[in-house]
Amino acid sequence: MLRFLVRRLLTAVLTLVAISMTVFVLFFLGPADPASSMCGSKACTAAQHDRIHKALGLDRPVTEQYTDYMKGIFVGRQIGEGSGAIDCPAPCLGVDFRTSEQVKSVIGRTFPVTASIVFGGAVVYLIFGIATGMFAAVRRGTVFDRFSSGASLVFASTQIFFLGSLLLLILVYTLGWLPGPSYISPFSDPIGWVGGMLLPWITLGLINSAQYSRLSRAQMIETLSEDFVRTARAKGAKIKAVYFRHALRAAITPIVTIAGVDVGAQLGGAAITETTFSLPGMGKTAVKAVTDQNLAVVMAVVLIGALAIVIANVVVDALYAVIDPRVKLGSEAK
Amino acid sequence: MNDQNPYLEVQDLRVRFATEDGEIRAVDGVSFALERGQTLGIVGESGSGKSVTSLAIMGLHNRKKTAMSGSVRLGGRELIGMPEEQLRRLRGQDVAMIFQDSLTALNPFHKIGSQLVESYRIHHPQASKAEARKRGLEMLDRVGIPNPIKRFEQYPHEFSGGMRQRAMIAMSLVNDPNLLIADEPTTALDVTVQAQILDLLEDLQREFHSAVILITHDLGVVSQVADEVLVMYGGRVAEYGTVEQIMRQAQHPYTWGLLASMPSLHGDPDADLLPIKGNPPSLLNVPAGCVFHPRCAYAMLNGGPCDIEVPQLLPLSLSAQPGHTVACHLPERERVRTYEEEIASVGVAL
Repeated sequence: MLRFLVRRLLTAVLTLVAISMTVFVLFFLGPADPASSMCGSKACTAAQHDRIHKALGLDRPVTEQYTDYMKGIFVGRQIGEGSGAIDCPAPCLGVDFRTSEQVKSVIGRTFPVTASIVFGGAVVYLIFGIATGMFAAVRRGTVFDRFSSGASLVFASTQIFFLGSLLLLILVYTLGWLPGPSYISPFSDPIGWVGGMLLPWITLGLINSAQYSRLSRAQMIETLSEDFVRTARAKGAKIKAVYFRHALRAAITPIVTIAGVDVGAQLGGAAITETTFSLPGMGKTAVKAVTDQNLAVVMAVVLIGALAIVIANVVVDALYAVIDPRVKLGSEAK
Repeated sequence: MNDQNPYLEVQDLRVRFATEDGEIRAVDGVSFALERGQTLGIVGESGSGKSVTSLAIMGLHNRKKTAMSGSVRLGGRELIGMPEEQLRRLRGQDVAMIFQDSLTALNPFHKIGSQLVESYRIHHPQASKAEARKRGLEMLDRVGIPNPIKRFEQYPHEFSGGMRQRAMIAMSLVNDPNLLIADEPTTALDVTVQAQILDLLEDLQREFHSAVILITHDLGVVSQVADEVLVMYGGRVAEYGTVEQIMRQAQHPYTWGLLASMPSLHGDPDADLLPIKGNPPSLLNVPAGCVFHPRCAYAMLNGGPCDIEVPQLLPLSLSAQPGHTVACHLPERERVRTYEEEIASVGVAL
């Protein structure tokens, strides 16, 4: 287990380095010109433009900027020169070009919003999706099965911004059943946090549960035709025991994998959800940073997204070994 | 239990499945009887209806898609039409089953011990975990698994094929069932292990005094352990008799085919094995008359009865021994002659 973790962590670090390099190179190959975008609509003179360009350190070679950036993560660094220089202690992810806010604090502010949306949503859609899927499998061919298959098709083909806006209109503005979406820290006001997040969770729950419902149904139907399920019935096990003790665990294994990777990917930013509900999350910030050519912010979001996926994969592999005794991790395998 | 009647009595069992392509007549009028302490071998190719027969006895078919008729009496109780909950109580308690592939038939997610304990506690809900564990360990030891305490905590994939089949047998016998159905229990094993498992089954049968149905495609296996043999083809009984009758005086051309396709220690070592030509019939579209006639070298066609009339399962009239029945239109004298001249010489180990 330990060797497995060490090896996976090393791979993760290499992955992150490769991704950071790619982002840097792409940024400099592209027509990015943060200095002009900082000048805004009032065009700067050439001299002003150059001064900003230099203050951002953009006149130096890419490799030097990259090593600087990496050094900043571990030991901190000074950004800019002279009187306008900003001190950025480790772990330094750079500063926002426009507001001079430390990127670290931008992430610290926006990531909890994204994480709340993603994890809360995942709890809703996994429970709801797996439960309806399993139930539909067991009651195959009944009205419930047909209804849930139909409903999941409808929800799966709906977009967040459509269903979200619709629910916002109905549940918040017309009926007033739910408070408007907002982010309140769960540490200061847990109930307010749930209230503010409820609508995004329900929306994500409805849309994403469709996929999990269909997947669970298919998995469960396949598992119920397995020999060991027949053996369980031949032993005289009650039907509940056959489903829960024998079939569920086998059916759920592949779902865990997909859920883990999904959650990991969503943590990189739920831009559409955040925009639909005007929540100040990381995805929304990243989209704005891209249009502003705000390299440091884009870089940080991309790296955190990549880190989330890498971690999700390690967690999934470890969970897999816990669920299925036949799976051995890394070097333990024969 | 009524002592006048055999422990298991199956009469005119018919099983039909509804499929998208039409109705399948998987079992079409099968009758047999079995006493405790006796072993019945059901022999046939895949698709002959032998496994369906056993699943139907257990009530393990899909009820919505299956139509069953006839009678299955177990210890005096009628199983056909019995409510699911009563049937469930019989399963594993009065009737237990061993399946062919122990790797897929045992739950890969649970330890062997916990699967044994589960089997015991389903039918002994008042038993404590410790009692069930003790019983499970006893059974593992009884079926010849060395170091049962360690094995108890292992998963099925950590067992060898033979050991896993032993564990499966231990699990099926943990409740001391009166009827044990073994569906191709040795097919997935290599030959030496096969013999060990068959010996074990025989020993256990003597000890537990249970009735055993052994389902197999292998007449060799049947000749080793069965008392009576039921040869099935296309969902119907072709021939039914004691193991001596089937192995020494086979009357049905299909049985002859099975015998001739078996290697023998006594016959000519250079003689070719004779496979039965053709394939088993599609049960969606059963041939008219005798199901076997399209593959039968002796069929009387062109106005003859074989492709028109379904042969009845009738007792032999010339034989001195009772209990041997066969479903074939050929005259009995002709069958005896053909067997002695063409089949007996192939030599069958008994």
